[in-house]
Amino acid sequence: MRPRPATVADRGALRIDASLSGDRVYRWVTTGFALVIPILLAMIGWAVFRAGWPAFRHFGVAFFTESDWDPVNGRFGAAPAVYGTIVSSAIAIVLATPLAVGVAIFLSEFAPRRVRQPVAFLVDLLAAIPSVVYGLWGILVLVPFLREHVMSFISDTLHLGGTPLFAGPAYGPSMLAAGCILAIMILPYISAVTREVLLAVPRSQREAALALGATRWEMIWDAVLPYARSGIVGGVILGLGRALGETMAVTMVIGNAHDISASLFAPGYTMASLIANEFSEATNDLHVSALMAVGAGLFIVTVIVNAIARWLVWRTARGQGA
Amino acid sequence: MAGLAHGAGARGVSSSVRPGRRGGAQGALTRRRFVNRLMIALTCAAALIATLPLVLILVHLLRLGAGAVDWTFFTRMPVPAGEPGGGMANAIAGTAIIVAMASLIGLPVGVGAGLYLAERRSARLATSVRFLSDVLNGLPSIVLGIFAWQLLVRPFKHFSALAGAVALAAMMIPLVTRTTEEMIRLVPVATREAALALGYTKWRTSLDIVLRTALPGIVTGSLVAVARIAGETAPLLFTALGNQFWSLSATRPIAALPLQIYTYAISPYDDQHAQAWAGALVLIGLVLVISVAARFATRSRFGRGGD
Repeated sequence: MRPRPATVADRGALRIDASLSGDRVYRWVTTGFALVIPILLAMIGWAVFRAGWPAFRHFGVAFFTESDWDPVNGRFGAAPAVYGTIVSSAIAIVLATPLAVGVAIFLSEFAPRRVRQPVAFLVDLLAAIPSVVYGLWGILVLVPFLREHVMSFISDTLHLGGTPLFAGPAYGPSMLAAGCILAIMILPYISAVTREVLLAVPRSQREAALALGATRWEMIWDAVLPYARSGIVGGVILGLGRALGETMAVTMVIGNAHDISASLFAPGYTMASLIANEFSEATNDLHVSALMAVGAGLFIVTVIVNAIARWLVWRTARGQGA
Repeated sequence: MAGLAHGAGARGVSSSVRPGRRGGAQGALTRRRFVNRLMIALTCAAALIATLPLVLILVHLLRLGAGAVDWTFFTRMPVPAGEPGGGMANAIAGTAIIVAMASLIGLPVGVGAGLYLAERRSARLATSVRFLSDVLNGLPSIVLGIFAWQLLVRPFKHFSALAGAVALAAMMIPLVTRTTEEMIRLVPVATREAALALGYTKWRTSLDIVLRTALPGIVTGSLVAVARIAGETAPLLFTALGNQFWSLSATRPIAALPLQIYTYAISPYDDQHAQAWAGALVLIGLVLVISVAARFATRSRFGRGGD
């Protein structure tokens, strides 16, 4: 470091140097903020596994296959919750997918401009309603409605009461109610992704179909939907991810019972509602840890499901640039 | 509906496309046009059915909640079960505190990460951060609650408003990151280049010119994120916990509007159901006002060109 007299040129160089270091600091800071996201995700993963570890060590794989949940005697098997999570989400997907894809097709292909924006806005608003409000509406409006009209219609008028799927008394809070409320809640997600993917289908694809003499529906069915298929599947899987982890609304309408029943009229449990419902009553460490282990299972499943969904949507939407 | 008439133009083509069925071509065409009409009607019906729950929820909220929303609802404390009246003053204050703390943590991180993603669009780190941000966004909110519990409740052995705020901040970060990135990408490259050509350094260009141009969009996007987390219940169940009494402390359990709605909704008392409806109406009013305002604010600024 030899000191030398500063010249005008040097001073200019110094200023450029200072600004460069400003740029460098800026880059470090924004990179740091960006790195918070992976770090946060890693910390969440660590936290749930750390909290659930004692239960995993105590019960092993049987934790997810045993159906005996007895906090008093320290026996924990989460199979009913796993079963309930799968069934309620499946009901939601079956109910919501055709509706959501229908709405998306209507909005992207048929709706006049004047109708398109307000309807899209209303459907998007469904995603903005807090889960607890869905739960409140579900428990005080939807469940009584299902009990008095839909369930009696299915078992008495359609005479399906004898089939295992609709067997047993209709109390109201049930797998069916949970599936219905979940269907409403995931509909905006599926429909938003489907719309996005439909808009990414190239114009030439549609024009080619129309030029061959297809009606508008044939154009959609034969040219647009096949092109958008994997993206739509991605949207449905994204909705599945939401349904699997949805907590409050489901907790309020599913009935919270540790049973595995084939009947959709029977109450059940989901993994998320099990945690929400029992955590405040959990007295011993093993009970808390068992609930956290259920949370760890939920974490793994939703990370995988979301990763698959994002990959599918990304793969389709990328076609936009081509 | 406009544009249904082009089936007529397709007539000649369809009969030459299927030469073997020339005899039934007219019938086939009628059938195809019928299917076309039917499916258009069905998608239209799907749109109607999909908006029905929203309308029903809003109608029920107004009918059952509006009666209990008055001045005392905002100024009084909750009353014991079985007594009519009372308010949710502590829960409203609690929600404000938790959301403010969550925003203090979540907004800077989200905006910073969004800036990074928008400026280094295709760097390998940017691609994976974008992907992981989507994954984080898809995590169930109750898992974020477990995270905050393990991080801040378990070691200190008591529930706290801060733990709830951390859980909500974790939820907010991917939302804000996403909108910030989108809004910054809407700023024309020419704006950035003009600033650089005038001798602005990169960081001042980013903060003074680009970020400021995109700011209205980022603010509205952040408001939407605030509205989203303000209604969350699950992450607060075992972090903020809820509190019957007045508390504004960051290190003690605190009441929150969604928690209070949940407690009242599952109680057997009609008075408490009425309070739950009123609380839900206030909550949804907050969310809707912010969503609608954000919608108009962003549209007037950016939405003019496209759809």
